[in-house]
Amino acid sequence: MIDLHGYGPSIFQGAILTIEVAVLSLILALMLGLAGAIAKLSKNPFARTIATIYTTVIRGVPDLVLMLLIFFGGQMMMNEFSDWLYDEFEIDMFFNIDEFIAGVVTIGFIFGAYMAETFRGAFQSVNAGQIEAGYAYGMNRRQVFFRISFPQMMRHALPGLGNNWLVMLKTTALVSIIGLADMVRLASEAAKAVHEPFTFLIPVAFVYLALTAVSEWILGRLQVKYSAGVAKG
Amino acid sequence: MDAFLNLFADNTIFNPTTLMHYWSGFVMTVQLVFLALVIGLFIALPLGILRTSSNPFVRLPIWAFVYFFRGTPLLIQLYLIYYGTAQIKGIQDTIFWNILSEAFYPCLIAFVLNTAAYTTEIIRGAIEATPKGEIEAAKAYGMSAAKRMQRIILPSALRRGLPAYANEVIFMLHASSIASVVTIVDLTGAARDIYARYYAPFEAFLFVAAIYLCLTFALIFMFRSIENKVMAHTKPLS
Repeated sequence: MIDLHGYGPSIFQGAILTIEVAVLSLILALMLGLAGAIAKLSKNPFARTIATIYTTVIRGVPDLVLMLLIFFGGQMMMNEFSDWLYDEFEIDMFFNIDEFIAGVVTIGFIFGAYMAETFRGAFQSVNAGQIEAGYAYGMNRRQVFFRISFPQMMRHALPGLGNNWLVMLKTTALVSIIGLADMVRLASEAAKAVHEPFTFLIPVAFVYLALTAVSEWILGRLQVKYSAGVAKG
Repeated sequence: MDAFLNLFADNTIFNPTTLMHYWSGFVMTVQLVFLALVIGLFIALPLGILRTSSNPFVRLPIWAFVYFFRGTPLLIQLYLIYYGTAQIKGIQDTIFWNILSEAFYPCLIAFVLNTAAYTTEIIRGAIEATPKGEIEAAKAYGMSAAKRMQRIILPSALRRGLPAYANEVIFMLHASSIASVVTIVDLTGAARDIYARYYAPFEAFLFVAAIYLCLTFALIFMFRSIENKVMAHTKPLS
Protein backbone atom coordinates (compact mmCIF):
# COMPACT_ATOMS: atom_id res chain seq x y z
CA MET A 1 0.00 0.00 0.00
CA ILE A 2 1.14 3.56 -0.59
CA ASP A 3 2.26 5.43 2.51
CA LEU A 4 0.27 8.66 2.59
CA HIS A 5 2.03 9.90 5.77
CA GLY A 6 -1.30 10.28 7.57
CA TYR A 7 -2.76 12.57 4.92
CA GLY A 8 -5.07 9.85 3.59
CA PRO A 9 -8.24 10.76 5.53
CA SER A 10 -7.98 14.47 4.74
CA ILE A 11 -7.47 13.77 1.03
CA PHE A 12 -10.51 11.50 1.18
CA GLN A 13 -12.46 14.43 2.67
CA GLY A 14 -11.16 16.49 -0.24
CA ALA A 15 -12.47 13.92 -2.70
CA ILE A 16 -15.92 14.15 -1.11
CA LEU A 17 -15.75 17.93 -1.44
CA THR A 18 -14.78 17.62 -5.12
CA ILE A 19 -17.84 15.45 -5.73
CA GLU A 20 -20.06 17.87 -3.81
CA VAL A 21 -18.83 20.85 -5.83
CA ALA A 22 -19.27 18.92 -9.08
CA VAL A 23 -22.81 17.69 -8.32
CA LEU A 24 -24.08 21.04 -7.02
CA SER A 25 -22.56 22.86 -9.99
CA LEU A 26 -24.18 20.31 -12.29
CA ILE A 27 -27.62 21.05 -10.86
CA LEU A 28 -27.08 24.81 -11.22
CA ALA A 29 -25.67 24.39 -14.74
CA LEU A 30 -28.60 22.23 -15.85
CA MET A 31 -31.10 24.82 -14.61
CA LEU A 32 -29.22 27.73 -16.18
CA GLY A 33 -28.70 25.72 -19.37
CA LEU A 34 -32.36 24.87 -19.73
CA ALA A 35 -33.35 28.48 -19.07
CA GLY A 36 -30.71 29.68 -21.52
CA ALA A 37 -31.83 27.28 -24.25
CA ILE A 38 -35.50 28.23 -23.83
CA ALA A 39 -34.52 31.93 -23.92
CA LYS A 40 -32.43 31.39 -27.06
CA LEU A 41 -35.31 29.68 -28.83
CA SER A 42 -37.98 32.11 -27.62
CA LYS A 43 -39.61 34.72 -29.80
CA ASN A 44 -38.77 37.49 -27.35
CA PRO A 45 -35.77 39.38 -28.84
CA PHE A 46 -34.67 40.68 -25.44
CA ALA A 47 -34.45 37.19 -23.90
CA ARG A 48 -32.70 35.93 -27.03
CA THR A 49 -30.07 38.67 -26.91
CA ILE A 50 -29.35 38.18 -23.21
CA ALA A 51 -29.00 34.42 -23.66
CA THR A 52 -26.77 34.82 -26.73
CA ILE A 53 -24.48 37.24 -24.90
CA TYR A 54 -24.36 34.85 -21.94
CA THR A 55 -23.41 31.79 -23.98
CA THR A 56 -20.95 33.63 -26.24
CA VAL A 57 -19.07 35.58 -23.61
CA ILE A 58 -18.84 32.79 -21.07
CA ARG A 59 -17.61 30.27 -23.63
CA GLY A 60 -15.02 32.74 -24.89
CA VAL A 61 -13.29 33.40 -21.58
CA PRO A 62 -11.15 30.93 -19.56
CA ASP A 63 -12.83 29.35 -16.51
CA LEU A 64 -10.02 30.44 -14.23
CA VAL A 65 -10.35 34.13 -15.20
CA LEU A 66 -14.09 34.03 -14.55
CA MET A 67 -13.54 32.26 -11.28
CA LEU A 68 -11.01 34.84 -10.08
CA LEU A 69 -13.32 37.63 -11.26
CA ILE A 70 -16.33 36.28 -9.40
CA PHE A 71 -14.38 35.36 -6.29
CA PHE A 72 -12.34 38.57 -5.87
CA GLY A 73 -14.83 40.87 -7.57
CA GLY A 74 -17.74 39.38 -5.63
CA GLN A 75 -15.92 39.99 -2.37
CA MET A 76 -15.28 43.60 -3.32
CA MET A 77 -18.93 44.12 -4.23
CA MET A 78 -19.98 42.59 -0.92
CA ASN A 79 -17.59 44.91 0.94
CA GLU A 80 -18.99 47.94 -0.84
CA PHE A 81 -22.50 46.74 -0.10
CA SER A 82 -21.78 46.39 3.61
CA ASP A 83 -20.13 49.86 3.64
CA TRP A 84 -23.22 51.26 1.98
CA LEU A 85 -25.48 49.52 4.49
CA TYR A 86 -23.47 51.06 7.31
CA ASP A 87 -23.45 54.56 5.82
CA GLU A 88 -27.12 54.61 4.96
CA PHE A 89 -28.76 52.62 7.69
CA GLU A 90 -26.01 52.19 10.30
CA ILE A 91 -26.39 48.44 9.95
CA ASP A 92 -23.12 46.81 10.80
CA MET A 93 -22.90 43.66 8.74
CA PHE A 94 -20.04 41.93 7.06
CA PHE A 95 -20.41 39.44 4.24
CA ASN A 96 -17.68 37.04 3.41
CA ILE A 97 -17.71 35.24 0.08
CA ASP A 98 -17.42 31.61 0.92
CA GLU A 99 -15.00 29.74 -1.36
CA PHE A 100 -17.40 26.82 -1.61
CA ILE A 101 -20.31 28.96 -2.78
CA ALA A 102 -18.06 31.01 -5.08
CA GLY A 103 -16.72 27.82 -6.62
CA VAL A 104 -20.12 26.20 -7.13
CA VAL A 105 -21.70 29.39 -8.47
CA THR A 106 -18.83 30.06 -10.86
CA ILE A 107 -18.62 26.55 -12.26
CA GLY A 108 -22.40 26.28 -12.49
CA PHE A 109 -22.58 29.64 -14.23
CA ILE A 110 -19.83 28.73 -16.73
CA PHE A 111 -21.20 25.31 -17.60
CA GLY A 112 -24.73 26.69 -17.78
CA ALA A 113 -23.55 28.37 -20.98
CA TYR A 114 -22.25 25.08 -22.44
CA MET A 115 -25.42 23.26 -21.34
CA ALA A 116 -27.56 25.96 -22.96
CA GLU A 117 -25.87 25.29 -26.31
CA THR A 118 -26.33 21.53 -25.91
CA PHE A 119 -30.01 21.88 -24.97
CA ARG A 120 -30.64 24.35 -27.80
CA GLY A 121 -29.25 21.93 -30.37
CA ALA A 122 -31.24 19.08 -28.86
CA PHE A 123 -34.53 21.02 -28.87
CA GLN A 124 -33.95 21.86 -32.50
CA SER A 125 -33.44 18.24 -33.45
CA VAL A 126 -36.88 17.22 -32.14
CA ASN A 127 -39.02 16.45 -35.16
CA ALA A 128 -41.20 19.51 -35.90
CA GLY A 129 -44.01 17.26 -37.18
CA GLN A 130 -44.38 15.71 -33.74
CA ILE A 131 -44.76 19.10 -32.13
CA GLU A 132 -47.38 20.07 -34.72
CA ALA A 133 -49.13 16.77 -34.06
CA GLY A 134 -49.20 17.63 -30.36
CA TYR A 135 -50.91 20.95 -31.06
CA ALA A 136 -53.28 19.21 -33.46
CA TYR A 137 -54.33 16.95 -30.56
CA GLY A 138 -55.31 20.10 -28.68
CA MET A 139 -52.39 20.14 -26.23
CA ASN A 140 -51.35 23.57 -24.99
CA ARG A 141 -47.76 24.82 -25.12
CA ARG A 142 -46.92 23.55 -21.66
CA GLN A 143 -48.22 20.07 -22.45
CA VAL A 144 -46.35 19.96 -25.75
CA PHE A 145 -43.17 20.99 -23.93
CA PHE A 146 -43.41 18.42 -21.13
CA ARG A 147 -44.92 15.54 -23.13
CA ILE A 148 -43.19 15.84 -26.49
CA SER A 149 -40.25 18.27 -26.69
CA PHE A 150 -38.60 17.62 -23.35
CA PRO A 151 -38.43 13.78 -23.31
CA GLN A 152 -37.17 13.60 -26.88
CA MET A 153 -34.81 16.51 -26.37
CA MET A 154 -33.15 14.60 -23.52
CA ARG A 155 -32.24 11.76 -25.87
CA HIS A 156 -30.47 14.13 -28.25
CA ALA A 157 -28.91 16.13 -25.43
CA LEU A 158 -27.53 13.22 -23.43
CA PRO A 159 -24.19 12.70 -25.25
CA GLY A 160 -23.48 16.44 -25.07
CA LEU A 161 -24.52 16.62 -21.42
CA GLY A 162 -22.26 13.70 -20.65
CA ASN A 163 -19.29 15.43 -22.26
CA ASN A 164 -20.03 18.65 -20.39
CA TRP A 165 -20.22 16.73 -17.12
CA LEU A 166 -16.84 15.06 -17.72
CA VAL A 167 -15.23 18.41 -18.54
CA MET A 168 -16.89 19.97 -15.51
CA LEU A 169 -15.64 17.25 -13.20
CA LYS A 170 -12.09 18.13 -14.20
CA THR A 171 -12.76 21.86 -13.98
CA THR A 172 -13.59 21.47 -10.30
CA ALA A 173 -9.84 21.08 -9.76
CA LEU A 174 -9.61 24.85 -10.32
CA VAL A 175 -11.47 25.58 -7.05
CA SER A 176 -8.22 24.62 -5.31
CA ILE A 177 -6.71 27.82 -6.74
CA ILE A 178 -9.21 30.08 -4.98
CA GLY A 179 -8.48 28.32 -1.71
CA LEU A 180 -11.09 25.60 -1.42
CA ALA A 181 -9.72 22.49 0.27
CA ASP A 182 -10.58 19.99 -2.47
CA MET A 183 -8.47 16.92 -3.07
CA VAL A 184 -6.12 18.67 -5.48
CA ARG A 185 -5.25 21.35 -2.96
CA LEU A 186 -4.84 18.89 -0.08
CA ALA A 187 -2.70 16.59 -2.19
CA SER A 188 -0.47 19.37 -3.46
CA GLU A 189 -0.03 20.75 0.05
CA ALA A 190 0.81 17.31 1.37
CA ALA A 191 3.19 16.83 -1.55
CA LYS A 192 5.02 20.06 -0.73
CA ALA A 193 5.19 19.21 2.98
CA VAL A 194 6.61 15.71 2.50
CA HIS A 195 8.50 16.39 -0.76
CA GLU A 196 6.90 13.40 -2.44
CA PRO A 197 4.68 14.77 -5.21
CA PHE A 198 4.04 11.45 -6.95
CA THR A 199 2.83 9.74 -3.77
CA PHE A 200 -0.06 12.18 -3.45
CA LEU A 201 -0.79 13.43 -6.94
CA ILE A 202 -0.96 10.07 -8.70
CA PRO A 203 -3.64 8.62 -6.37
CA VAL A 204 -5.65 11.82 -6.83
CA ALA A 205 -5.29 11.49 -10.61
CA PHE A 206 -6.63 7.94 -10.32
CA VAL A 207 -9.60 9.13 -8.26
CA TYR A 208 -10.47 11.42 -11.18
CA LEU A 209 -10.05 8.51 -13.61
CA ALA A 210 -12.34 6.38 -11.44
CA LEU A 211 -14.95 9.14 -11.29
CA THR A 212 -14.73 9.45 -15.08
CA ALA A 213 -15.13 5.71 -15.55
CA VAL A 214 -18.16 5.55 -13.23
CA SER A 215 -19.71 8.55 -14.98
CA GLU A 216 -19.21 6.94 -18.38
CA TRP A 217 -20.93 3.77 -17.17
CA ILE A 218 -23.91 5.69 -15.78
CA LEU A 219 -24.16 7.76 -18.95
CA GLY A 220 -24.18 4.59 -21.02
CA ARG A 221 -27.10 3.28 -18.95
CA LEU A 222 -28.99 6.57 -19.28
CA GLN A 223 -28.40 6.53 -23.02
CA VAL A 224 -30.02 3.10 -23.21
CA LYS A 225 -32.98 4.32 -21.15
CA TYR A 226 -33.59 7.47 -23.19
CA SER A 227 -33.13 5.65 -26.51
CA ALA A 228 -36.14 3.46 -25.75
CA GLY A 229 -38.27 3.14 -28.86
CA VAL A 230 -35.56 4.25 -31.28
CA ALA A 231 -34.59 1.82 -34.03
CA LYS A 232 -30.87 1.10 -33.94
CA GLY A 233 -28.99 1.65 -37.19
CA MET B 1 -19.62 58.26 -25.09
CA ASP B 2 -18.77 60.87 -22.47
CA ALA B 3 -19.47 58.40 -19.72
CA PHE B 4 -17.19 55.97 -21.47
CA LEU B 5 -14.38 58.53 -21.73
CA ASN B 6 -14.87 59.51 -18.09
CA LEU B 7 -14.12 55.93 -17.15
CA PHE B 8 -10.64 56.41 -18.54
CA ALA B 9 -10.21 60.04 -17.48
CA ASP B 10 -8.57 59.52 -14.12
CA ASN B 11 -7.55 55.93 -14.31
CA THR B 12 -4.46 54.93 -12.49
CA ILE B 13 -4.65 51.26 -13.37
CA PHE B 14 -4.17 51.23 -17.12
CA ASN B 15 -0.91 53.19 -17.25
CA PRO B 16 2.03 52.33 -19.51
CA THR B 17 3.64 50.06 -16.90
CA THR B 18 0.61 47.84 -16.43
CA LEU B 19 -0.15 47.82 -20.14
CA MET B 20 3.38 46.58 -20.79
CA HIS B 21 2.82 43.94 -18.11
CA TYR B 22 -0.34 42.82 -19.90
CA TRP B 23 1.56 42.84 -23.20
CA SER B 24 4.30 40.55 -21.88
CA GLY B 25 1.58 38.30 -20.49
CA PHE B 26 -0.06 38.24 -23.89
CA VAL B 27 3.23 37.28 -25.56
CA MET B 28 3.73 34.50 -22.99
CA THR B 29 0.23 33.10 -23.50
CA VAL B 30 0.52 33.12 -27.29
CA GLN B 31 3.97 31.54 -27.12
CA LEU B 32 2.90 28.77 -24.75
CA VAL B 33 -0.29 27.94 -26.63
CA PHE B 34 1.33 28.05 -30.07
CA LEU B 35 4.32 25.88 -29.11
CA ALA B 36 2.09 23.41 -27.23
CA LEU B 37 -0.28 23.07 -30.18
CA VAL B 38 2.44 22.66 -32.83
CA ILE B 39 4.48 20.11 -30.85
CA GLY B 40 1.29 18.39 -29.68
CA LEU B 41 0.05 18.01 -33.24
CA PHE B 42 3.37 16.47 -34.33
CA ILE B 43 3.08 13.90 -31.54
CA ALA B 44 -0.62 13.28 -32.07
CA LEU B 45 -0.50 12.57 -35.80
CA PRO B 46 1.55 9.33 -35.59
CA LEU B 47 -0.19 8.35 -32.34
CA GLY B 48 -3.61 8.84 -33.91
CA ILE B 49 -2.67 6.63 -36.85
CA LEU B 50 -1.12 3.94 -34.63
CA ARG B 51 -4.15 4.09 -32.31
CA THR B 52 -6.21 2.52 -35.12
CA SER B 53 -3.69 -0.33 -35.47
CA SER B 54 -4.99 -3.86 -34.97
CA ASN B 55 -1.93 -4.84 -32.91
CA PRO B 56 -2.89 -4.56 -29.21
CA PHE B 57 0.73 -3.89 -28.15
CA VAL B 58 0.65 -0.74 -30.26
CA ARG B 59 -2.95 0.22 -29.60
CA LEU B 60 -3.25 -0.28 -25.85
CA PRO B 61 -0.33 1.89 -24.63
CA ILE B 62 -1.64 4.76 -26.74
CA TRP B 63 -5.14 4.13 -25.39
CA ALA B 64 -3.78 4.30 -21.82
CA PHE B 65 -1.87 7.54 -22.54
CA VAL B 66 -4.95 9.16 -24.04
CA TYR B 67 -7.24 7.89 -21.27
CA PHE B 68 -4.98 9.22 -18.54
CA PHE B 69 -4.46 12.66 -20.04
CA ARG B 70 -8.09 13.12 -21.03
CA GLY B 71 -9.45 11.74 -17.76
CA THR B 72 -7.47 13.83 -15.27
CA PRO B 73 -7.45 17.61 -14.77
CA LEU B 74 -4.70 19.56 -16.52
CA LEU B 75 -3.91 21.14 -13.15
CA ILE B 76 -2.91 17.72 -11.76
CA GLN B 77 -0.79 17.01 -14.81
CA LEU B 78 0.91 20.37 -14.42
CA TYR B 79 1.61 19.75 -10.72
CA LEU B 80 2.89 16.26 -11.48
CA ILE B 81 5.37 17.56 -14.03
CA TYR B 82 6.26 20.81 -12.27
CA TYR B 83 6.72 19.44 -8.72
CA GLY B 84 7.25 15.82 -9.69
CA THR B 85 10.23 16.13 -12.01
CA ALA B 86 12.09 18.22 -9.45
CA GLN B 87 11.92 15.35 -6.98
CA ILE B 88 13.41 12.68 -9.23
CA LYS B 89 16.68 11.64 -7.59
CA GLY B 90 19.78 12.94 -9.32
CA ILE B 91 17.95 14.99 -11.94
CA GLN B 92 19.44 18.19 -10.57
CA ASP B 93 22.90 17.01 -11.68
CA THR B 94 21.90 16.28 -15.27
CA ILE B 95 21.62 18.67 -18.19
CA PHE B 96 17.79 18.33 -18.06
CA TRP B 97 17.77 20.42 -14.94
CA ASN B 98 18.67 23.56 -16.91
CA ILE B 99 15.39 23.12 -18.74
CA LEU B 100 13.18 21.85 -15.93
CA SER B 101 14.20 24.35 -13.27
CA GLU B 102 12.37 27.14 -15.06
CA ALA B 103 8.58 27.08 -14.78
CA PHE B 104 8.11 27.58 -18.52
CA TYR B 105 9.30 24.15 -19.71
CA PRO B 106 7.48 21.90 -17.24
CA CYS B 107 4.37 23.88 -18.08
CA LEU B 108 4.96 23.52 -21.81
CA ILE B 109 5.51 19.75 -21.41
CA ALA B 110 2.23 19.40 -19.51
CA PHE B 111 0.36 21.38 -22.17
CA VAL B 112 1.99 19.42 -25.02
CA LEU B 113 1.08 16.04 -23.51
CA ASN B 114 -2.46 17.19 -22.75
CA THR B 115 -3.19 18.56 -26.20
CA ALA B 116 -1.46 15.57 -27.82
CA ALA B 117 -3.86 13.23 -26.01
CA TYR B 118 -6.97 15.17 -27.06
CA THR B 119 -5.71 15.56 -30.63
CA THR B 120 -4.88 11.84 -30.88
CA GLU B 121 -8.47 11.07 -30.02
CA ILE B 122 -9.75 13.55 -32.61
CA ILE B 123 -7.54 12.01 -35.32
CA ARG B 124 -8.57 8.49 -34.35
CA GLY B 125 -12.23 9.42 -34.54
CA ALA B 126 -11.75 11.05 -37.93
CA ILE B 127 -9.81 8.07 -39.33
CA GLU B 128 -12.42 5.59 -38.12
CA ALA B 129 -15.18 7.63 -39.74
CA THR B 130 -13.67 7.14 -43.19
CA PRO B 131 -16.35 5.66 -45.47
CA LYS B 132 -15.69 1.95 -46.07
CA GLY B 133 -16.29 2.28 -49.79
CA GLU B 134 -13.34 4.66 -50.18
CA ILE B 135 -10.99 2.18 -48.53
CA GLU B 136 -12.34 -0.73 -50.59
CA ALA B 137 -11.93 1.31 -53.76
CA ALA B 138 -8.32 2.07 -52.84
CA LYS B 139 -7.69 -1.63 -52.17
CA ALA B 140 -9.26 -2.51 -55.50
CA TYR B 141 -6.82 -0.12 -57.15
CA GLY B 142 -4.03 -2.16 -55.58
CA MET B 143 -2.78 0.51 -53.15
CA SER B 144 -0.66 -0.68 -50.23
CA ALA B 145 -1.72 0.15 -46.65
CA ALA B 146 0.76 3.05 -46.51
CA LYS B 147 -0.42 4.46 -49.83
CA ARG B 148 -4.05 4.17 -48.70
CA MET B 149 -3.26 6.07 -45.53
CA GLN B 150 -1.35 8.75 -47.41
CA ARG B 151 -3.66 9.22 -50.37
CA ILE B 152 -7.16 8.28 -49.18
CA ILE B 153 -7.59 8.12 -45.43
CA LEU B 154 -5.48 11.00 -44.10
CA PRO B 155 -6.54 13.74 -46.51
CA SER B 156 -10.21 13.21 -45.81
CA ALA B 157 -9.76 12.39 -42.11
CA LEU B 158 -7.80 15.57 -41.43
CA ARG B 159 -10.55 17.61 -43.05
CA ARG B 160 -13.19 15.80 -41.01
CA GLY B 161 -11.24 16.38 -37.81
CA LEU B 162 -10.88 20.11 -38.39
CA PRO B 163 -14.00 21.36 -36.54
CA ALA B 164 -13.15 19.26 -33.47
CA TYR B 165 -9.54 20.45 -33.67
CA ALA B 166 -10.71 24.08 -33.74
CA ASN B 167 -12.50 23.40 -30.44
CA GLU B 168 -9.34 21.83 -29.04
CA VAL B 169 -7.30 24.92 -29.97
CA ILE B 170 -9.76 27.19 -28.16
CA PHE B 171 -9.83 24.81 -25.21
CA MET B 172 -6.01 24.98 -25.08
CA LEU B 173 -6.06 28.78 -25.15
CA HIS B 174 -8.43 28.79 -22.19
CA ALA B 175 -6.61 26.02 -20.35
CA SER B 176 -3.32 27.92 -20.67
CA SER B 177 -4.62 30.33 -18.02
CA ILE B 178 -3.63 27.83 -15.34
CA ALA B 179 0.05 28.47 -16.19
CA SER B 180 -0.35 31.42 -13.85
CA VAL B 181 -0.60 28.95 -10.95
CA VAL B 182 3.06 27.92 -11.31
CA THR B 183 4.42 31.49 -11.24
CA ILE B 184 4.34 32.02 -15.01
CA VAL B 185 3.23 35.55 -15.93
CA ASP B 186 0.86 34.84 -18.80
CA LEU B 187 -2.25 36.96 -19.45
CA THR B 188 -4.00 35.62 -16.34
CA GLY B 189 -0.79 35.93 -14.33
CA ALA B 190 -0.47 39.57 -15.38
CA ALA B 191 -4.08 40.20 -14.33
CA ARG B 192 -3.43 38.58 -10.96
CA ASP B 193 -0.35 40.76 -10.44
CA ILE B 194 -2.28 43.89 -11.32
CA TYR B 195 -5.19 42.85 -9.10
CA ALA B 196 -2.78 42.36 -6.21
CA ARG B 197 -1.03 45.68 -6.87
CA TYR B 198 -4.14 47.90 -7.17
CA TYR B 199 -6.79 45.74 -5.48
CA ALA B 200 -9.04 46.30 -8.48
CA PRO B 201 -10.51 42.93 -9.44
CA PHE B 202 -13.01 44.20 -12.02
CA GLU B 203 -10.56 46.27 -14.03
CA ALA B 204 -7.80 43.66 -13.87
CA PHE B 205 -9.85 40.57 -14.74
CA LEU B 206 -12.45 42.09 -17.08
CA PHE B 207 -9.62 43.49 -19.19
CA VAL B 208 -7.97 40.08 -19.69
CA ALA B 209 -11.38 38.48 -20.16
CA ALA B 210 -11.88 40.88 -23.09
CA ILE B 211 -8.47 39.98 -24.53
CA TYR B 212 -9.22 36.25 -24.28
CA LEU B 213 -12.58 36.86 -25.92
CA CYS B 214 -10.92 38.66 -28.84
CA LEU B 215 -8.34 35.88 -29.20
CA THR B 216 -11.14 33.27 -29.16
CA PHE B 217 -13.09 35.13 -31.85
CA ALA B 218 -9.95 35.50 -33.97
CA LEU B 219 -9.35 31.73 -33.73
CA ILE B 220 -12.98 30.90 -34.54
CA PHE B 221 -12.84 33.19 -37.56
CA MET B 222 -9.53 31.73 -38.72
CA PHE B 223 -10.72 28.12 -38.45
CA ARG B 224 -14.01 28.95 -40.12
CA SER B 225 -12.21 30.36 -43.15
CA ILE B 226 -9.88 27.34 -43.31
CA GLU B 227 -12.90 25.05 -43.09
CA ASN B 228 -14.65 26.90 -45.89
CA LYS B 229 -11.56 26.44 -48.01
CA VAL B 230 -10.84 22.76 -47.41
CA MET B 231 -14.47 21.66 -47.24
CA ALA B 232 -15.51 23.60 -50.35
CA HIS B 233 -16.14 20.37 -52.29
CA THR B 234 -18.83 19.30 -49.81
CA LYS B 235 -20.87 22.48 -50.27
CA PRO B 236 -23.83 22.42 -52.64
CA LEU B 237 -23.32 24.26 -55.93
CA SER B 238 -25.06 27.59 -56.60
